[in-house]
Amino acid sequence: MPEQPLLELRAVTAGYDRRAPAVRNASLTVAPGEAVGLLGPSGCGKSTLARVAALLHRPDSGTLLLDGAPVRRWRHRAPRAQRTTVGVVFQQPRLSADPRLRLTDLIAEPLRATGRREDVPDRVAELAAAVGLTPDLLGRRPHEVSDGQLQRACLARALVLRPRLLICDEMTAMLDASTTAALVAAVEDYRTATGAGLLAVGHDHTLLKRWCDRTVHWDDVTSGTSGTSLEPSVPSAM
Amino acid sequence: MGHPSSIGADAVTERTPVLSVRGLSVRFLMPGGRRVAAVTDAHFDVAPGECLALIGESGCGKSVLASALLGLLPANAQSAGSARLGGLDLLTADEKTLGRTVRGRLIGLVPQSPAAHLTPVRTIRSQLEETVAALTGVRGRAAVRAAARAAAERVAFPAGHLDRHPHELSGGLAQRAATALALVGDAPLLLADEPTTGLDRDLVDRTVDELRRHVDAETGDGTGRGLLMITHDLAAAERIADRVAVMYAGRIVELTDARRFFGSPGPRHPYSRGLLQALPDRAFTPIPGMPPELGDLPGGCAFAPRCPRATGACAALPPVTDGLACHHPLPASGAEELRSTTPAPENARA
Repeated sequence: MPEQPLLELRAVTAGYDRRAPAVRNASLTVAPGEAVGLLGPSGCGKSTLARVAALLHRPDSGTLLLDGAPVRRWRHRAPRAQRTTVGVVFQQPRLSADPRLRLTDLIAEPLRATGRREDVPDRVAELAAAVGLTPDLLGRRPHEVSDGQLQRACLARALVLRPRLLICDEMTAMLDASTTAALVAAVEDYRTATGAGLLAVGHDHTLLKRWCDRTVHWDDVTSGTSGTSLEPSVPSAM
Repeated sequence: MGHPSSIGADAVTERTPVLSVRGLSVRFLMPGGRRVAAVTDAHFDVAPGECLALIGESGCGKSVLASALLGLLPANAQSAGSARLGGLDLLTADEKTLGRTVRGRLIGLVPQSPAAHLTPVRTIRSQLEETVAALTGVRGRAAVRAAARAAAERVAFPAGHLDRHPHELSGGLAQRAATALALVGDAPLLLADEPTTGLDRDLVDRTVDELRRHVDAETGDGTGRGLLMITHDLAAAERIADRVAVMYAGRIVELTDARRFFGSPGPRHPYSRGLLQALPDRAFTPIPGMPPELGDLPGGCAFAPRCPRATGACAALPPVTDGLACHHPLPASGAEELRSTTPAPENARA
């Protein structure tokens, strides 16, 4: 028996309508310290699967195991130990940042929510440096910074509780080449320092092949079915 | 074809540019007397049948430049310089001229987010018909209907989807619908503002290939269209651009032939080189630091604080020579060095 996977999804079916699930029978594992890239076209259901893996969406059926332990509760009902094992970065920083919070509070929020207020000054300073945010940016609110700067803050927020698994759902799809390379480098520095695993979801196979130890295609993750029920969002004709 | 003077111009020099921008600057006046230098002293032409890609990091002023050309700057903006399009200066034209002769007729806008650009409560057919009626001489219900169908056909938008609302379309079809609307007025200049943001790679390729096709196709008067594509997607720019303009902190720092830029000898401005080297199929290394605030630019070269080649000379603003604004450009032979530092994609993880 090889070492126990950090994350294991077994035959997960999930979606927003039981009659037409966005994900059917998907299986995927991430070993401790491993970086896995999940590739698929827009609209295939890969973000839904990422939400399941991040304990943010309860699947209709199937099993999710973290360190071999099955996950039975989701979102805020999930036990804290499981919830804080996973950090998530989403595609659109504007939609995932509270517009009222200064960047420093955005990054510190998970610490406050888990009663680790005393760690705030040290952790925020440490992470701001790691993701390349300067002190004057930390005092600003989301509307006063660029998408790239806000995504840097969202990455810092995802890392603040030292997750052992990081899930990046199209983290760099809105960003320019240099900011993309900077954010990927920040993730890799964190993983080198902590040995955390990574599930990077995206459609850019040049990027994911370069970034990850292993890439899997959506069709292989959901094999055993004839594909998803969604109508293809990309017409096949050129 | 055309009138005698344009034939003469064609014969003597290259074809007259569709768009000619000289010394374009845009300043935003902020509360408290602060001034934001969004665009500074931009010079470029777009020729008929040419695609010029304007590239740079987000927040460098690219979209402000597009808004200036369309006369869509907010009230607190001041612009200077000129942008000539068919005998008209876009920067001094009044709102009536912009509304009646420029938008849609002289400039077709391909928007950043087609889903947000299309009217959500109306079908694609209804929006195309309205645009045909507003921008062309076609009159009569049957004729307008036929013209709208032809406009959809031109961008390969399937006729069976014409009666759908925007939310019922995939990203690719919404993009085609928006492109169809941009082409209805047969404008000599297409302006595409980040047309590929958020699309997956196949869709990016298809979208830019379609734009390229419309640039290569002849317009009604047989002169050809120009395309100004604003993008941070370097792969999309490489795919369709004839020339590339690199913008940093509101200034165009390099303007060059696309094949030379992406291939050999490669970019000559250290910033352009850094951008290319950040790509995952090249070195995948970021440019250190972040772009400066446009409201608080350093006195000399704005890139100097991030530049590995910066010297004392960079405290002065570099003049633009030969399409390049840099005190110490990379040598033209630097291409070999650039290529040799590019590791193979598979073994390159740090």
